[in-house]
Amino acid sequence: MPASKFATGLQCKVCGKLYPKSPINFCTDDFGPLEVVYDYAAIRPHVSRAIIESRPRNMWRYRELLPIDGAPTVGPQVGGTPLIRADRLAEAIGVDRLWIKNDAVNFPTLSFKDRVVSVALSKAREFGFKTVGCASTGNLANSVAANAAQAGLEAYVFVPSDLEKAKILGTSVFGAKVVGVTGTYDEVNRLCTQVAFKYNWGFVNINLRPFYAEGSKSMGFEIAEDLGWRFPKHVVCPMAGGSLIGKIHKSFEELYKVGLVAEAPQTKMYGAQAAGCNPITDCVKANRDRHKPVRKPNTICKSLAIGDPADGYFSAQLIKNSGGWAEDVTDDEIVENMLLLARTEGVFAETAGGVTLAVTRKLIEQGRIPRNEEIVICVTGNGLKTQDCVAEAVDRPALIKPALDAFDAIYAGTREPALV
Amino acid sequence: MALKVQIPTPMREQAGGSAEVVVTGATVKAALDDLTRQHPALAAKLFDNGKLRPYINVFVNDEDIRYLDDLDTPVKDGEIVALIPAVAGG
Ligand SMILES: [Zn+2]
Repeated sequence: MPASKFATGLQCKVCGKLYPKSPINFCTDDFGPLEVVYDYAAIRPHVSRAIIESRPRNMWRYRELLPIDGAPTVGPQVGGTPLIRADRLAEAIGVDRLWIKNDAVNFPTLSFKDRVVSVALSKAREFGFKTVGCASTGNLANSVAANAAQAGLEAYVFVPSDLEKAKILGTSVFGAKVVGVTGTYDEVNRLCTQVAFKYNWGFVNINLRPFYAEGSKSMGFEIAEDLGWRFPKHVVCPMAGGSLIGKIHKSFEELYKVGLVAEAPQTKMYGAQAAGCNPITDCVKANRDRHKPVRKPNTICKSLAIGDPADGYFSAQLIKNSGGWAEDVTDDEIVENMLLLARTEGVFAETAGGVTLAVTRKLIEQGRIPRNEEIVICVTGNGLKTQDCVAEAVDRPALIKPALDAFDAIYAGTREPALV
Repeated sequence: MALKVQIPTPMREQAGGSAEVVVTGATVKAALDDLTRQHPALAAKLFDNGKLRPYINVFVNDEDIRYLDDLDTPVKDGEIVALIPAVAGG
């Protein structure tokens, strides 16, 4: 059954003007961002819990609510990540019910970006692009490179040149052409806009962005389904460009609109950033109309280091309208909470996961999130990509000879071990 | 005082097809006023009730005016003012 009739076009989020489905990302009247619109009444009779549950456990089980025409051609295995009941972490931070949505193990590149990229590259193929690209803080670079390789598309990936080595290597390995730019993410992004126009390539987070961003909704669909087709009371989400938090909320509203969940969502959305790059949390806390861009982000959390977030305005509005809040945390708090998450739940999240947990705890301490209501924390990337940040904070392994008495002495505490 | 304003592709139709327009003015505001005087159709694209639209960024010599003095940022002979739609990313 073709899905093409369900996504009907694009609409400006500022003025509401309608556009056909095409590789454009802003309104020609006011340059407002465009968003995919759907015919929910048409979708409703085509989806049911039974239909969705009968499909493979990946993001495409919600294909009627994703903007592809026909079958997905890129990333058929993306999504379907675990929602973990985090009882040990809940006890450690003093709350009753806590869940972790763990996209650190998303396939193929260990971050939620595989969700958005699989939609964007499926659309790139539909539109006939042979070359795709992105501006990235790392996770997106990995994902575009891997998924483009699988799709047989040529990929150009632009990154800030000071990015973590693991993320650069994890891009080059897939054969993508990686261009390091001596500048901030925002400067890289600006360059890519010019490249996209000049070369007419499909940039996933520029001219394909309306489609790309929709992929994030699948994270929300999965959370609701795994809770037994209902919505959590509180969701805490990391923010870089500010798109994900809005799409998770949109996913809940859509599940209600198409009748998969009977009650309208009452979920309060909370946004998390690093203190060294906090344009959106600052916008919420200072009650500004528009975010003030951060010129030189300075944090170990590079995946969230976007100083001029594209969805800054809309994410700040959503947080306030939903009854949530936003906070930011220091680099020390980020590391401390990466370790806490790893040591209570066995989840090694990247720095952004440390940001999200640290912010959750801060909001609980402030009384903004009640201790007795259900909380979902979104973990969006894998700690193996940001190992340098925790290297100093973990104990070095003991070094001993291969002899039992050497271990006995260390175990008994009678001898100090050498260190590896 | 003559400087150039770079026009992004989606606004060129309102600028008579030009990619660059030579204008005069001592501030960004004055330069953009001269631009809309030469090409009145651009006014509605750039401004809403006299305020620069939120999804248009203005750069003077590669520097975003939000880090400078916004529309009051001074400009000099030979400088380049670039109009760039706010973009995406992330
Ligand atoms: Zn518009």
